[in-house]
Amino acid sequence: MKDEVTTRESRVDALGGMGCKRKRVEDARFTQGKGNYVDDIKLKGMLFGDFVRSPYAHARIKSIDTSAALALDGVIAVLTAEDLRPLGLHWMPTLAGDKQMVLADGKVLFQGQEVAYVVAKDRYIAADAVELVEVDYEELPVIVDPFEALKSDVVLREDLVAEDGSLPDGAHGPRKHHNHIFTWEVGEKEATTQVLDSAEVVAEETVYYHRTHPCPLETCGCVASMDKVNGKLTLWGTFQAPHAIRTVVSLISGIEEHNIRVISPDIGGGFGNKVGAYPGYVCSVVASIVTGVPVKWIEDRMENLMTTAFARDYWMTGKISATKEGKITGLQCHVTADHGGFDACADPTKFPAGFMNICTGSYDIPTAYLAVDGVYTNKAPGGVSYRCSFRVTEAVYFIERMIEVLAIELNMDAAELRRINFIRKDQFPYKAALGWEYDSGDYHTAWDKAMKAVDYDGLRAEQAQRVEDFKAGKTRKLMGIGLTHFTEIVGAGPVKNCDILGLGMFDSCEIRIHPTGSAIARLGTISQGQGHATTFAQILATEIGLPADSITIEEGDTDTAPYGLGTYGSRSTPVAGAATALAGRKIRAKAQMIAAYLLEVHDDDVEFDVDRFVVKGAPEKFKTMKEIAFAAYNQAIPGIEPGLEAVSYYDPPNMTYPFGAYVCVMDIDVDTGEVDIRRFYALDDCGTRINPMIIEGQVHGGLTEALAVALGQEIAYDEMGNVKTGTLMDFFLPTAWEVPNYETDHTVTPSPHHPIGAKGVGESPHVGGVPCFSNAVNDAFRAFGLRHTHMPHDHWRIWKTANELGLHG
Amino acid sequence: MIPAAFEYHRPKDMAGVLAVLTQYGDDARVMAGGHSLIPMMKLRMADVPHLIDLQSVEGLGGISVADGVVRLGAMVTQHDIIDSAELASAAPILRETSLQIADPQVRYMGTIGGNVANGDPGNDMPGLMQCLDATFHLVGPDGERTVAARDFYESAYMTAREDDEVLTAVSFAVPQGGYGYVKQKRKIGDYATAAAAVQLVKENGVCTAASIAMTNLSDTPVHSVAAGDALVGTSVDDAAIKAAVQAMLGDIDPAQDNRGPVEFKRHAASVILRRTIERAWSRA
Repeated sequence: MKDEVTTRESRVDALGGMGCKRKRVEDARFTQGKGNYVDDIKLKGMLFGDFVRSPYAHARIKSIDTSAALALDGVIAVLTAEDLRPLGLHWMPTLAGDKQMVLADGKVLFQGQEVAYVVAKDRYIAADAVELVEVDYEELPVIVDPFEALKSDVVLREDLVAEDGSLPDGAHGPRKHHNHIFTWEVGEKEATTQVLDSAEVVAEETVYYHRTHPCPLETCGCVASMDKVNGKLTLWGTFQAPHAIRTVVSLISGIEEHNIRVISPDIGGGFGNKVGAYPGYVCSVVASIVTGVPVKWIEDRMENLMTTAFARDYWMTGKISATKEGKITGLQCHVTADHGGFDACADPTKFPAGFMNICTGSYDIPTAYLAVDGVYTNKAPGGVSYRCSFRVTEAVYFIERMIEVLAIELNMDAAELRRINFIRKDQFPYKAALGWEYDSGDYHTAWDKAMKAVDYDGLRAEQAQRVEDFKAGKTRKLMGIGLTHFTEIVGAGPVKNCDILGLGMFDSCEIRIHPTGSAIARLGTISQGQGHATTFAQILATEIGLPADSITIEEGDTDTAPYGLGTYGSRSTPVAGAATALAGRKIRAKAQMIAAYLLEVHDDDVEFDVDRFVVKGAPEKFKTMKEIAFAAYNQAIPGIEPGLEAVSYYDPPNMTYPFGAYVCVMDIDVDTGEVDIRRFYALDDCGTRINPMIIEGQVHGGLTEALAVALGQEIAYDEMGNVKTGTLMDFFLPTAWEVPNYETDHTVTPSPHHPIGAKGVGESPHVGGVPCFSNAVNDAFRAFGLRHTHMPHDHWRIWKTANELGLHG
Repeated sequence: MIPAAFEYHRPKDMAGVLAVLTQYGDDARVMAGGHSLIPMMKLRMADVPHLIDLQSVEGLGGISVADGVVRLGAMVTQHDIIDSAELASAAPILRETSLQIADPQVRYMGTIGGNVANGDPGNDMPGLMQCLDATFHLVGPDGERTVAARDFYESAYMTAREDDEVLTAVSFAVPQGGYGYVKQKRKIGDYATAAAAVQLVKENGVCTAASIAMTNLSDTPVHSVAAGDALVGTSVDDAAIKAAVQAMLGDIDPAQDNRGPVEFKRHAASVILRRTIERAWSRA
């Protein structure tokens, strides 16, 4: 078909741009087993590292004997803290401004802590050698309870106590106790107290968000290769933030940044677990520098669950006040945050409790106060944002539980209570009591759509009948209706208030158009399954008028990609997606000048139309972007440099605030504690939708991880600090068997400050899903007097709730 | 998750298996599907210097139903059981149980022989075999012998099988009447929080025979004679079921683990047994 007779619609379709259900271009290799993950990297002469780990949660190390291990054939070296000390690498900085032992320096603070690093010719020999390293431990008292930690005489971190016994300030100010890390306060303390004291109704509850773990299918790992001839270090790894890793490696190793190349190859899921820097990376780099050959380190599943970055572990005590009619007047929240042995939370520097101060949620709460106390215990370090943006999951779980508790206190329907307290559409941009400015929202429309879709009144009538039947002995199953309206805060973030280790949280995109009208775009982010190669090409296709199929997206190689802070916290679309659109617009601006020259008209006399520039008022006169690309390189145009490239670094003016309305309907067997999720409805508003199919996939994935966390997934410790859930037998990772059918829906409220109005979606379903599942469990027992029961809602805990309510006769 | 070094043996016949077992004694272990032993080796909880893979040994497969007896070769997989029309008709409780073991991938590898011989109290087949009063066939240097499933289990991972013996088959009389295997588990692939196997006979509205065994509620499977007896001679009414459940509770001895405390497990066992009896009775 000749170009002239194609319709505008068919030209739009041919681009595969924004809004279409483009199939994921990544899937061809993943579904055929042709992905290239870090453990697929095999280099000549490569050695393998493996850790000797502490069996104790708190112990002094009296001696380490490596002689038997070193005597084993094939063992090259065994590193201990003593070997790293001369390099100053026996400790390393954490993302939270604390420091962490790379290898145990005189003591261990959690079970599984890295004690020695064995380097051997293959991983089998390394594993054998690990068994041969003899460590003499002297056990110390173990503290696994953060409240006990704040009272205990036992000092976990002697390195943070001055010789005279005083406590130097931490990275976030004064410390109250030797096991205390920081206090973070936001909001108006006295005003909130006054509101609460004079309120008509106050509901109070302690909500524990248990410790869990992101558990990506691929564990953490790296390959370090120091080329001693040219002085270059190449580091492949499972990094969610490869550029930040390069800078951190440079800062702590002293190797100049241009001599470090960090590459994130295909990554098998991250969910926050792969944001931080781990001892395995440092030891592998040191081992490669020492040996002059590449060294690979790959965690096994138990090491992943026990040692690299956990999530949550927040004890949240709240008070919420309202008028008798249910209008909320104030909110107070105190958090005791268990950070484990080192503070290695991955939060922007100014936010030691992440964005916990979004805990006023979707509601117009005029007065609020939040205080968070971080605490050291004998547990693994971490505190990362597991499929969420910096503690927003904790914040949303807290407020959505408090709303339910307040509804009980008011003897009100929880849906109606939400409805009368939502921030109204006309209040946006909305300045929340705890500091954030919500960009846009239309909560009532979303909520009403959700309530209608599930026939909310019908569900409540059915539930009331079920309670009657239960009391009459006709059934042993209760029905729970879980409601959640969440507001996310993603796209970190504006450099003025968001940095990690001093690195501003902008992101970037660099585009090169090839002469024949195809292109490559490189970004500072890195996909771990999000489908960036698909969606960013769609953004560009719409912006520059070249087909998405003709655009290669490349990320993860710091030698080629522009600098960016990586992918986590749903920041790729809000930040790098904006950079992509803006870089595309720079391309378009130059293309416009070229088109005008070719069409022999003034720049202002041509306009962009899908895949071409046309002369205004004369659409038969045009130049396609493909023609313009060729001319850009091959035609001498006065006053215009050859080539067609652009780069954009985007510092977002604000965060974006996706939101959603979720409803879960479940049946609970009160005798076994088993749960059957009958229905799950998820309405998401992520602003402009780039690829509805990928959004749906993200929602399904996020909800599934939410189901996991709400119904059983936890990192549990016994009183000796032993991890009780170190394998997938006990750590709940749902499969198709456990996952219900999900109904997805949407509204579209674009972000007013984002170039294409997109807000990000990857983490919304997790953030909204967890309280929705949990609220359903709690709601099932509301008629029998339950106010709140803690997650995870596994069989025995649900059974225990039923038992305590006297439902077992 | 890397095992210590081991020698791998893959004999073609039982004589070859026994020769390796005799030569290395405690240092040798046979492996059927490997889905229990290999993880134990990778966790370095099992030290097996000589691993004998039974995959190539002739004569260990096959399902037969003849003369009122069901016989399963040790290497029959759970998938084979699920897939067998003959078994579905002769002993449907095997299919019902197998479908609740692990997941399809594991069931393609996991065998009846490995499942019953390993002595893991979490395995489902040992309880079922006790319910069916199965016979285990063993071969060793001194020839063949049989042991009743109900006498086979001593404690966790400790059985009547000698170190130099191999379990080659299980057999049992074609079960009569109604059946049920009900298992409460946290997720796919999990061991039971509580599971019950029930096989019972109904004649003119009266239970004339009942066999009950429980899984993962003690350090061995629990064949509760008293629970079965409580049903015999009754119409399996509420009182009889209560009596059976009470009797069963006297025989189990669950331990606390991540599935929950003892109190919960005992309650779950009661509920699961009641449901299993009701299911079996409805099918009798």
